[in-house]
Amino acid sequence: MNTDFIRDTNALLGRSLRHILRSPDTIITTAVTPIAMLLMFVYVFGSAINTGGGKYVDYLLPGILLITVASGVAYTSLRLFTDVSSGIFERFQSMPIARSAVLWAHVLTSLIANLISLVVVVLVALAIGFRSGAGVVAWLGALGIIVLFTLALTWLAVVAGLAAKSADGAGAFAYPLLFLPFVSSAFVLTRGMPGPVKWFAEHQPVTSIVNTLRSLFADRPLGNDLWTALAWCLGLLVVAWALAVHTYHRKLA
Amino acid sequence: MKSYGDLEVLRGVDLDVTPGSIFALLGSNGAGKTTVVKILATLLRADGGTAVVNGFDVVRQAADVRRSISLTGQFSAVDDILTGRENLVLIAKLRHLDQPGRIADDLLARFSLADAGGRRVATYSGGMRRRLDIAMSLIGSPPVIFLDEPTTGLDPEARLEVWQSVRQLACRGTTVLLTTQHLDEAEQLADRIAILHEGRILVNGTLADLQALMPPAQVEYVEKQPSLEDIFLTLVRRRAATASALNDTGAAPVTTGNEV
Repeated sequence: MNTDFIRDTNALLGRSLRHILRSPDTIITTAVTPIAMLLMFVYVFGSAINTGGGKYVDYLLPGILLITVASGVAYTSLRLFTDVSSGIFERFQSMPIARSAVLWAHVLTSLIANLISLVVVVLVALAIGFRSGAGVVAWLGALGIIVLFTLALTWLAVVAGLAAKSADGAGAFAYPLLFLPFVSSAFVLTRGMPGPVKWFAEHQPVTSIVNTLRSLFADRPLGNDLWTALAWCLGLLVVAWALAVHTYHRKLA
Repeated sequence: MKSYGDLEVLRGVDLDVTPGSIFALLGSNGAGKTTVVKILATLLRADGGTAVVNGFDVVRQAADVRRSISLTGQFSAVDDILTGRENLVLIAKLRHLDQPGRIADDLLARFSLADAGGRRVATYSGGMRRRLDIAMSLIGSPPVIFLDEPTTGLDPEARLEVWQSVRQLACRGTTVLLTTQHLDEAEQLADRIAILHEGRILVNGTLADLQALMPPAQVEYVEKQPSLEDIFLTLVRRRAATASALNDTGAAPVTTGNEV
């Protein structure tokens, strides 16, 4: 059973990785918007934003990385929707394979595609002056949090891809995710925001995740943000996963 | 039985398919053909009644049913971004067969797709996609194959090719359940035919049984006109034959009747 699951997931993963290799535009498109935002904020708005010392690009990068993931998972949802609507999903489901392998292959592909896009964005950031004093452990910590965040959004994308009625609908769930970082500490300090906005910004997941990444990159002590960020990521992951499994079973009933 | 909310799709479907035969489920759009196939292929659960495929119950022994069947859905369920060969290799791997590459090459040859095997499926014609689709269904030689409207959207030539493949399947002892809305398709292929209408089986029998339901044949003299299909196929084949003849002599660089 378990070996079957690994074999089947592996075969299907090979398939979706080929999809990515043959349409690298999905990875480039994923990276283009965040890179444009990075350049815009660093070179246009950055000089007007006070983040309390330090280079703005260092302050900005964590938020840009989350936006990269949010735009990347839209393709995950789209790939799954295409499989469902083309009928190949049903073909797989009518075969003697480990049924969950179909979803896991998409999830792992999403993780790999997002990591590639993230590397591209980090390289651009390095080119325009991003520097980090982080050691290996801090980088691994940052990677861990980003992987958790990506998995959580990916399972949400699975829900959207399975439930969508059209290709546009499949990708639309990512739009709110793209805007969440704007009402957080990702671009500006929350200190200057009016009361209710400030409250929202300080209590939504992006702020704690961004603050944790920022502290990791700057090699600063992490404080409570780390636990809040982990709780958000794991909580979201569990809820999104449960929703995805539920949607999947309803689809098959 | 199967209903979606208040909409009853299937009310009474009772049929047996003899192993190694071709059984056609005939019905117009919305008759419930696809629903029957999906229930038998373990993709949908019926609200009532039982179904047994290759001796296994579709609900309690779903895994055994999936090991016994292969489904070719209404729209060619092939991967456009992969090549034809990669599609076949993928299915062979998912069925845990040894030498998936060799299996793929054999099937490409058998379905006259050897030359196109290295091309992405997105470049295939409708007929080629369908042939690939059916070839994918044969991997692992499942004893039962479901073909849901296998010729919908195909041109007459491609339709004949698909018919040929279906006949070959039955010759090898595979049980084929095919759904169709084309009367001539059922007539051409099926050993037994059932007519499904508004979720119910109206009749079920051989072509002769069904013909016997009508009043005995009367002899009439009718001038035999060639059908448009006869004309179309004759013209197309004549052209293809001339073209290949020219090619053989090297007289003119004309491509033969390969689908592009």
